[in-house]
Amino acid sequence: MTLRYLVPIAAFAILIPVFIIGLQRDPSELPSPFIGMPAPAFSLPSLEDPALTVSNDDYAGQLALVNVWATWCVGCRHEHDFLLTLAARQDIPIYGLNWRDDRDAALLWLRQLGDPYAASAYDADGKVGIDWGVYGAPETFLIGPDGTVLHKHLSPLTEEIWQRDFVPKIEAVRGN
Amino acid sequence: MRIIVVALLVLVAPCALAIDAGRAFEDPELQARYEEIISEVRCLQCQNESLKDSNAFLATDLRREIRRLLTEGKSNAEIYDFLVQRYGEFALYRPRMGGKTLLLWLAPLLLLVAGAAVAVRVVRRRMTLPLDDDTDGETDDDSRVHVADRP
Repeated sequence: MTLRYLVPIAAFAILIPVFIIGLQRDPSELPSPFIGMPAPAFSLPSLEDPALTVSNDDYAGQLALVNVWATWCVGCRHEHDFLLTLAARQDIPIYGLNWRDDRDAALLWLRQLGDPYAASAYDADGKVGIDWGVYGAPETFLIGPDGTVLHKHLSPLTEEIWQRDFVPKIEAVRGN
Repeated sequence: MRIIVVALLVLVAPCALAIDAGRAFEDPELQARYEEIISEVRCLQCQNESLKDSNAFLATDLRREIRRLLTEGKSNAEIYDFLVQRYGEFALYRPRMGGKTLLLWLAPLLLLVAGAAVAVRVVRRRMTLPLDDDTDGETDDDSRVHVADRP
């Protein structure tokens, strides 16, 4: 007889945490299939000088951030100050992937707001964006020295997010 | 009145063409496959629209890539692979069976089996109960029946 009451209570007790976790997750944040996988190779003209190329070879062998940005992206404007702060620490190089943007507008943005990027690749038609599974901006990838994607972040970066999600992963790599 | 209707139709007509600005394939078979694929793939930017219905720029880009892959002679499966590799199974409205999506596909069946098991148990138990489940036989209804039955 007790089983008869325990079963629904147990089922309820299992469902509640499932719902609590489910409600707190943002359905628009998709897990990247690239985590733990090699980051897709790319080679694009540099934003500053179309004659130069920016590719994944530029940061091979070191930890790096790849930050997807565009001038039409409001979130990118929000995180720009933090990117400048981060760049000033000279802890980890930030590579920009200027995604589906206008070159002149992007250059003006960097001139007016400051340029946190070691280099910015110019992905005018969004093809590299697709290869990287980008579906919005800003997106920030943490790339390990061996070229694997260690982490992907989907909203404007802040110091808090940086300390919480990026620093432990960076320290784990440097600790070894 | 008729003029207003005609004017409205003329205004609305371009909308039918607005979403997919790309040119149709010469080969009707390729065009059919293209349309099938873009209605099966989610636009990641506006997640409740298919690539076919979405005019978000990511959808435009993805349609362009799908066109390119079709022109290169890729099969539907290869094109779905291309998208899943980059965006995960979530990109497909009907995720393929296997691995992580196995539970998703089997859940309805499992729930049906569990429900059937509960139903069978309940029915079985009811069948073994005495038909007259009123053991003391002292309620009003019961006594009335007994009175009526008496010769």
